[in-house]
Amino acid sequence: MKPLLIRGGRVIDPSQGYDAVADVLLVDGRIAGLGSGLGAPDGAEIVDARGKAVAPGLIDLHVHFREPGREDVETVATGARAAAAGGFTAVCPMPNTDPVTDNQAAVGFIVKQAQAAGAARVYPIGAISLGQKGQQLAEFGELVGAGAVAVSDDGQPVVSSHLMRMALAYARAFDIPVADHCEDPTLKANGVMHEGLVSTRLGLRGIPAAAEQIMVARDLLLAELTGGHVHLCHVSTRGSVELIRRAKEKGIRVTAEATPHHLTLTDQACEGYNTNAKMNPPLREAADVAALRAGVKDGTIDVIATDHAPHHYDAKEREFDDAPFGIVGLETALGLGMTELVQGRVLTLPELIERMSTAPARVFHLPGGSLKPGSPGDVVIFDPEVRWRVDPTRFYSKSRNTPFAGRELAGRVVRTVVGGLTVHRGEVA
Amino acid sequence: MTERFLGKDLLGLEPLTANQIRFILDTAEPFKEVSERTIKKVPTLRGQTIVNLFFEASTRTRISFEFAEKRLSADTVNVAAAGSSVEKGETLVDTARNLEAMRIDMVVMRHPSSGAAQFLAERIRSNVVNAGDGTHEHPTQGLLDLLTLRDKFGRIEGLKVCICGDILHSRVARSNIWGLLKLGAEVAVCGPASLLPLGIEDLGVTVFRRIEDAIQWADALNVLRLQLERMHAGFLPSLREYNRVFGVTVERLEKAPREMVILHPGPMNRGVEIDSRVADGPHSVILDQVTNGVAVRMAVLYLLAGGRPELAEAAKGSGGEANE
Amino acid sequence: MVVAGTRNALLDARGVQRALQRMARGIVEFAEGTDRLVLVGIHRRGPELTERLARLIEAEEGVSVPRGSLDITLYRDDVGTIGPRRVVGETHLPENVDGKCVVIVDDVLYTGRTVRAALDELTDFGRPARIGLAALIDRGGRELPIQADIVGKTVPAQPGDRVDVFLQEVDGRDAVELVRGEGGGGK
Repeated sequence: MKPLLIRGGRVIDPSQGYDAVADVLLVDGRIAGLGSGLGAPDGAEIVDARGKAVAPGLIDLHVHFREPGREDVETVATGARAAAAGGFTAVCPMPNTDPVTDNQAAVGFIVKQAQAAGAARVYPIGAISLGQKGQQLAEFGELVGAGAVAVSDDGQPVVSSHLMRMALAYARAFDIPVADHCEDPTLKANGVMHEGLVSTRLGLRGIPAAAEQIMVARDLLLAELTGGHVHLCHVSTRGSVELIRRAKEKGIRVTAEATPHHLTLTDQACEGYNTNAKMNPPLREAADVAALRAGVKDGTIDVIATDHAPHHYDAKEREFDDAPFGIVGLETALGLGMTELVQGRVLTLPELIERMSTAPARVFHLPGGSLKPGSPGDVVIFDPEVRWRVDPTRFYSKSRNTPFAGRELAGRVVRTVVGGLTVHRGEVA
Repeated sequence: MTERFLGKDLLGLEPLTANQIRFILDTAEPFKEVSERTIKKVPTLRGQTIVNLFFEASTRTRISFEFAEKRLSADTVNVAAAGSSVEKGETLVDTARNLEAMRIDMVVMRHPSSGAAQFLAERIRSNVVNAGDGTHEHPTQGLLDLLTLRDKFGRIEGLKVCICGDILHSRVARSNIWGLLKLGAEVAVCGPASLLPLGIEDLGVTVFRRIEDAIQWADALNVLRLQLERMHAGFLPSLREYNRVFGVTVERLEKAPREMVILHPGPMNRGVEIDSRVADGPHSVILDQVTNGVAVRMAVLYLLAGGRPELAEAAKGSGGEANE
Repeated sequence: MVVAGTRNALLDARGVQRALQRMARGIVEFAEGTDRLVLVGIHRRGPELTERLARLIEAEEGVSVPRGSLDITLYRDDVGTIGPRRVVGETHLPENVDGKCVVIVDDVLYTGRTVRAALDELTDFGRPARIGLAALIDRGGRELPIQADIVGKTVPAQPGDRVDVFLQEVDGRDAVELVRGEGGGGK
């Protein structure tokens, strides 16, 4: 493999507190050097990154690739390719596939598919319970042995507090987090959007904020009880942020994620019955968005994760009640982060990179998120200023379900490098 | 007045202006006269094809629309379809395209999902009249309630109207709220808190927790039907208790400070939300609502059956209204 | 000479009065007396003319003639093109029209389409023995085979012209005026 020298970009490495114009050298798939005026070894490919930002590759702890089961809307390969296009060098797909990824063969299959794809790295998340039925624990040891980095029943909440307690305790043996989709099913019932003034006007059944907060509180108590590591998926309410903040103060082992869409949109996006604004947890109110932003800023929310959820065009082209929950997010995450959070003066650019790369690596104990020599050669080069318009027809993902179509964003990936190899080249602005 | 005064569709009262709503009510008046004739028919919509696409069982609304359509000399086709797309296997999109391909002029649709009428209207060129979509709106019911109140009181502005019952699940309540507020009425709702939607006060509506307080305040009560399903789904313990605590009874009305007018969209659960003696009594305008329903629907269909504006332009040169 | 936009007086207040007096007599002759006579005015201004004619007939014959009014908006043939129009007037007919001699009263007879609509509407109410048409002004330009049996004044007007009838009850004065249009144009 040719060495790669990335020259003259603004290098941001939150793992070292580094933010300066410098060069980055990759040799044999790893970071070999970081500093100014680095020499190029023989045969090196030289990339001119002047005017661009250079950072450790982004890591998304929460995506849904629909393979096996719904390869028509996304496969591991297309998902990994879409991730690379979004600047992600590693992603963690959730196990709510069909069949569920609850055994070592299933985990191994995903790892194999990812290797064949040769785009972003894929670290599977295994199921907490067999079939995600919420009854019997899956074999965490087997899952981890085959490559799983965490367990989750996401798609569903873990309804049984007993099972959640057992999972948190048992997972300690493997030092993996248990990620929960926090939702009280009886309060969620057949709600389709946030319960509030907008749902009242549209006549749609609402999901109250309390549905999430109840389970967040429960999971925090169980983490405290067991000493286990609970990771709270896609936090969406201000009440949850407050609970997490206080739990961290008490030293409870909790980490949390928020999605770019929950940091950007409110339930007003559902006006006109826009099914591309339908997801679970739903978009909430302005006060919730503000609290999530404050949480991302002060570290209560550790990471930004997309909850990339591909769906077929036909599936979303129906009455709001019947449309499936979820939107894609890999290819708009960085742009939204730049535009809404950095240009929106919520985070600095290094803070954004920390939440999207360094922190995810730390939370799930993954390699990456750093440009220290010896780190994996996973780098994203992006133009933080260039403005572009979101066009779902040009997504690398098989699916197009996004509420951001036509939106102008700032910040676009120029090149994504995984293990020293270029896996994505961005369009010329 | 040429072109489409109401736009292509009637999806709800929320998007309409007060002027548009008043115009529809004014247009309904002459249609009341048509229903009094021996030959209850005018040739106005002759040759137009109207499909009544009902995904929810409804006899009264469908019949009311059918009378309206036939009295305007339109051709009517009734389609009773299964509930949601998932149930019936044909998506609403495909249903829409099939209707379009048959070149129908108007669709009157009732569907269990909120937003379904808008969904259809965005995908077909025919006019779409929302006959009730989920719990979102039932605009023609709102309009006929307004017309009935206006006939009775001579005005809407300043009128105090309380809507009683299951507001949470009611599209009739929502349409009424929009229509009444836009025409300047004071609006209140009354019902058990478990049946009141979040944020209802933010719509500009007063909330009464007790029916007795509502009766003291209101000029008119619009009493909504309480459905058995709500009891099964845990929203309230029993219909009997509802009647005891919230029922509009003769005894409660006797304590009203003024002559109360009672409306009900029907069908009534006698002895639950309303007592028979009230429903059949002198204060009830329930049957007027039914009569007005046909007139209002005729007015809506008439106003939507628009011309093609480009032909209107061409026709202007021929001397126009006064000289024929 | 003929200048577009100019307004020419066709009848002044006295002229309108004379025309109505003549028409009243003509109607009674047409109906061969007042026994079966019913007057029905077409909105707008038809009902006001009807009222005046009825009073003139009552002064001459000593008999009160039943009268009614028709709004023909819902019977127009151009709903599909021009679109729905406002229904302005009340449709109200006296008792039964079966076997009667109904005289339709209109202010201006032009293309004949209004009268066609009125005939359709009238026959939905019953079966008169005879129907006649009385028009204050006949301006020619028929598009249908319709004729007036009693005419106040015949005025040859071009397609682009407009004939305005003003009545005391509606407009505060009695007059008939012709407004010249752009020569020739129109349909």
